[in-house]
Amino acid sequence: MSLAEFTDQWLSAVTPQISEGPGWLTDLRQGAVEQFAVLGLPHARLENWKYTDVKALAKRSFTLPKAADAEALANEKSLGLNAIRLVFVDGVFSESASTLGNLPAGVQVLPLAKNANAAKPVLGQVAAANFSGFTALNLAAFQDGVLIDLAANAVLEQPVYLQFVATEQENPVLVQPRILIKAGTHAQATIVEHYAGSEESANLTNVVTEVDLADGANITHYKLQQESTKQYHIASLHVEQKRDSRFTSHNVCLGGKLARQDIQVELSGEGAEVNLNGLYLGNGRQHLDNHTLVNHNAPHTNSNEDYKGILNDRSRGVFNGRAVVHKDAQKIEAHQSNANLLLSDKAEIDTKPELEIYADDVKCSHGSTTGQLDENALFALRSRGIGEEMARGLLTLAFANEVIDRIEISAVHDRIEEAVAGRLPEKFNLKGLV
Amino acid sequence: MASQEMEQLVRREYKQGFVTDIESDTAPPGLNEDVIRFISAKKEEPQWMLDWRLAAFEQWKEMAEPEWAHVNFPQVDFQAVSYYSAPKSSEDRPKSLDEVDPKLLETYEKLGIPLHERAALAGVAMDMVFDSVSVTTTFKEQLGEAGVIFCSISEAIREYPDLIKQYLGSVVPVTDNFYAALNSAVFSDGSFVFVPKGVTCPMELSTYFRINAQNTGQFERTLIICEDDAQVSYLEGCTAPMRDENQLHAAVVELVALENANIKYSTVQNWYPGDENGKGGIYNFVTKRGECRGDNSKISWTQVETGSAVTWKYPSCVLKGKNSVGEFYSVAVTNNMQQADTGTKMIHIGEGSRSTIISKGISAGRSDQSYRGLVKVLPGAKGARNFTQCDSLLIGDQCGAHTFPYQEIANSTAQVEHEATTSKIGEDQLFYCRQRGISEEDAVNMIVNGFCKDVFKELPMEFAVEAEALLNVSLEGAVG
Repeated sequence: MSLAEFTDQWLSAVTPQISEGPGWLTDLRQGAVEQFAVLGLPHARLENWKYTDVKALAKRSFTLPKAADAEALANEKSLGLNAIRLVFVDGVFSESASTLGNLPAGVQVLPLAKNANAAKPVLGQVAAANFSGFTALNLAAFQDGVLIDLAANAVLEQPVYLQFVATEQENPVLVQPRILIKAGTHAQATIVEHYAGSEESANLTNVVTEVDLADGANITHYKLQQESTKQYHIASLHVEQKRDSRFTSHNVCLGGKLARQDIQVELSGEGAEVNLNGLYLGNGRQHLDNHTLVNHNAPHTNSNEDYKGILNDRSRGVFNGRAVVHKDAQKIEAHQSNANLLLSDKAEIDTKPELEIYADDVKCSHGSTTGQLDENALFALRSRGIGEEMARGLLTLAFANEVIDRIEISAVHDRIEEAVAGRLPEKFNLKGLV
Repeated sequence: MASQEMEQLVRREYKQGFVTDIESDTAPPGLNEDVIRFISAKKEEPQWMLDWRLAAFEQWKEMAEPEWAHVNFPQVDFQAVSYYSAPKSSEDRPKSLDEVDPKLLETYEKLGIPLHERAALAGVAMDMVFDSVSVTTTFKEQLGEAGVIFCSISEAIREYPDLIKQYLGSVVPVTDNFYAALNSAVFSDGSFVFVPKGVTCPMELSTYFRINAQNTGQFERTLIICEDDAQVSYLEGCTAPMRDENQLHAAVVELVALENANIKYSTVQNWYPGDENGKGGIYNFVTKRGECRGDNSKISWTQVETGSAVTWKYPSCVLKGKNSVGEFYSVAVTNNMQQADTGTKMIHIGEGSRSTIISKGISAGRSDQSYRGLVKVLPGAKGARNFTQCDSLLIGDQCGAHTFPYQEIANSTAQVEHEATTSKIGEDQLFYCRQRGISEEDAVNMIVNGFCKDVFKELPMEFAVEAEALLNVSLEGAVG
């Protein structure tokens, strides 16, 4: 079968979903189907997909999710946050497992399938359907998701915890959530997107998140991806920022056989600031790809990016960070850094920090390093009687901690640190230390 | 002392170096097998060379122009280009400097080009300005004593067919890319250097390439081979007179360094960049690659790029030998409507191979400049080391500066670092100079030259002086 036939098969698998929802939505979906037909799945000849080949993925068939009871699994994988919790099992909202609690005035947290009409003014406003074949496919057939709507000045103290649980299914499921976040003027919230589930799950997750920040809004977004190493994970996060707004992203990528995360940020109002913080850790034959794009569309906008990668065994990491300063967007600061540690000779990293600048009054920099641990630091530890492997382990963990330590929710911080330590090579002997 | 000698030698080239009695003729525009046969016949090439060209032409026909570069220009009509031109006859040329565009003369003045050279550069009929036909090389005897072969590639094809057969196309294969294939089919001339085992070339080798005939593509082909323990430094410099029509230039340069060999290749490129509105100017699509085949070998590229309307150029090093070293030092200046997509590739194959990349880009006017580089470390390149620094300076708010560094690393003991910055000239730096009575233009030139110092210091002395002057001329009118 040709690739096109497979993508047709995907479409036919999700056909029932396309006609799901009110008329305006099915129209929108139909348009996206046409876009998907034109775009198809990305291929390696596209610069943005040069290092990530989804051909193998396209040769699999997927089904729509069935209702499954996975409350126990959800509880087992939960981060245990004091939060507004929404649980999605194979992409479908599970009311029984979720705790919405009492929301403050001006805050709405609505599961999408049942509240489609509420999403009308928001859906597709930030994420262009034609961003890639995957975004088109998501719009064409997303099953469920959430709309988080914050009125002006609304402040949500508790984080919103979106837990996506994947179950083991005979026929792998195409999980397509849509997450919509709309923050009014000076609104504040913290959102945690968490993906974990059965170690046997071979689903394909294709999620699109849209975040719209009005003047002065402040959103912190966590994305913790711990899916099984049999699973495919494709995600794109799209952010639109108005004047003096602030967006912080923490993106931790540990799971997936093949994982691809796109982050696209539009700094469209003066004084807007974005901070992108990322960590990827690959084992076995994992392929972890992170692509970020920051568009400085307005003057006086700032961006900071720090991504770190640790690659072991035969894993492969891809990092592409792109900052674009558009014409007349003066007084810009854009800083980017990507550092990588290769723990094995079979591992590979392909990194490309890009700057594209069309204004002159800017301070932009990027740096990227790939190398080993600091020999002096290693020596310092060894001289205190710590074994070589453990010293290496501690320093590797410290390297990851530069990213992890920026995580402000302590429960998340601890769980991630633990998960990272647990995924580092056993010879490092870190058990019991974290 | 060395510099004086050098200067004398350079002068001498003008007195003696040119063949004067070549019949002038030009191939009609267009590209087909007949044109290739014509070129090959003109050069009195053996049959195997013609076959090689024809095979390249067949491959080229199947290939597509690369479109990934960050440049924009009207499509080249390859059938409208003339692929061979010998010098024009004296009647067509300006009779004296009085007939030459005064603007051009002004530039020569600023560059400090000696009077007698100006006439030559401006294309005045002096029976000494040449185009595609290579200048016969000088100091042959002296080099001969040392055992160094330095001649035109056409001559090398006739005189040293075994070396050519062994090395030509071995670093840049015919099918490497669209322009390399084109060059392989129609290359007009270029230099050939062979430094035998254990020999250090007794002088810096230099050549002046000029583009002179209208509507003529220049397809330079250069091959430099350094055997074990040999050393050579090669200088390539270019200036081109004002031209109104776009000229296509697709050169291929191949360097081969065997064990302990050391090749230094320096370029100053100042071809006509087009006028303020982007009219005219040279299209410069170059494939330059060096292969460090032997252990401990070293290849170093230094370039100062100020000319051309569109530049597409990535001098590269394939570091095969153990502990081999690759270097790339570049200053690229774009002004007005110039576009440049340039950088380097360092391919680490050998254990302990090291590379350094220093790239300084200056964009002014409405120009667009990109650094595009690749550092690739293969699994076997244990302990490979790369350091990359690319800095961009923006002058004015209409220009663009971009950085696209690719790093593909597959060895855990490799250490690869990349740093890049983009900024404009600091207000405080300018103020500091102005406060000491230095005019704004001089201050900018001073700061820019300081910005480029790391690269200029790699250039041979004469070139460094020329390069600084060139930089100032190129940026003229960009400030204030």
